Amino acid sequence: MSLEKHWRKLQRSVVETQVWKSIFRVGIPNTNRKRVLAVLGNVVLHLHPVKTRKSGVKMRYTWCAGGMTFFLFLVLTFTGLLLMFYYRPTIEYAYGDMLDLREQVPFGVMREMHRWGAHAMVIAVWIHMFRVFMTGSYKPPREFNWNVGVVLLVLTLLLSFTGYLLPWDQLAIWAITVGSNMARATPLAGYEGPFAAQIQVNGVNLVTAGSDARFGLLGGRIVGANALLRFYVLHCVFIPLIAAFLMAVHFWRVRKDGGISGPL
Amino acid sequence: MADTVTTGTAPSVAAATEAPLPSRRGFLSWLAVAWLAFAAGVGALLTLTARFLFPNVLFEPPSSFKAGYPSDYQAGEVDERWKEKYQVWIVRNADMVYALITVCTHLGCIPNWLQAQNKFKCPCHGSGYYRSGINFEGPTPRPLERAAISISPDDGQIFIDKARKFLYEKGQWTDPAAFIKTT
Repeated sequence: MSLEKHWRKLQRSVVETQVWKSIFRVGIPNTNRKRVLAVLGNVVLHLHPVKTRKSGVKMRYTWCAGGMTFFLFLVLTFTGLLLMFYYRPTIEYAYGDMLDLREQVPFGVMREMHRWGAHAMVIAVWIHMFRVFMTGSYKPPREFNWNVGVVLLVLTLLLSFTGYLLPWDQLAIWAITVGSNMARATPLAGYEGPFAAQIQVNGVNLVTAGSDARFGLLGGRIVGANALLRFYVLHCVFIPLIAAFLMAVHFWRVRKDGGISGPL
Repeated sequence: MADTVTTGTAPSVAAATEAPLPSRRGFLSWLAVAWLAFAAGVGALLTLTARFLFPNVLFEPPSSFKAGYPSDYQAGEVDERWKEKYQVWIVRNADMVYALITVCTHLGCIPNWLQAQNKFKCPCHGSGYYRSGINFEGPTPRPLERAAISISPDDGQIFIDKARKFLYEKGQWTDPAAFIKTT
């Protein structure tokens, strides 16, 4: 028997087992139809389009800024997950844990990657948005996806904002004090905002410093233990989940709206 | 929904021998009740979730406290002993004692008292206030706030209540509860 025959036999003995077939449903993708089915039937591969247009990989047009943003999101998810093994979001430990993450943990660069990656992601989002704006890629049929992108921009900034508090140093505390004071001026929901003073029951104000939007955000009147824990949960769980969902919608719409926009 | 109704009322061989199907009207009203109950349940759950985020007990410093006797404070000085614990400066002038709340009226940072320059200076954005609390530089739009201050009738100590604030721009600093006369 020739070598090729042995190879075919070996191949069959693998791809015709029940285990293999239960994972890969199409078989050896040796025709165009099977190749397409293999891509569509794979959870990881189906995230990519089956075919990419030539203009879609034209870096001078797209700058790959959206791709860079997504890559940085993955980096931040991975490094952030590692940081969670050491960081404790309490007043006693937060600052010390942050220092220890830099000095006392193997590959202390993880914390710096998370920090600088966060800066880079915000910048990448703006570059992406600038490119989409300048190439007119927000125009129909992509106008809905522009709106999804705007929400993703806000979520990126919120991730940045909530992560800012976690080192629990002076910069963090006062930056969040200043930032969250804006919530005081929310219409209706902030106690210094428009129309808040009109929400009364029997002459008692319902929207006060102890019940307004800022209070709900911080879990108190000052940036303290509750605020730290609240921002930690928002930063690590709540906002990333929403962002991941909207990213899925965003990428899906890119394809449904005719693929990555290219030069006309 | 139209599909559901059609299926529900369509006569079938099996249905003929079993319990009679509800009428179209009865089915729709039950459907409405079910949807209303579902909406009410979701609404209640959202309300609970929102209310859950507003704690009933706060572990923050109390807003009122006793600050010792007026004679504990030097005339002409800005006293910082309660700044860290209660966020209040006690200032004694030639003829009065008043309590300034240490929160910058610009964006809520804590300014520093600079003895040499005789002013409060906020490190965040550079707002400056005179010893009286009136602003004179930086981005802040209005003076510092003063807290209610009085002599406690039971032991003669200074009693400060941060929950009552007195604003200069509303002409409230002349209120008798905004200062203690010392002469």
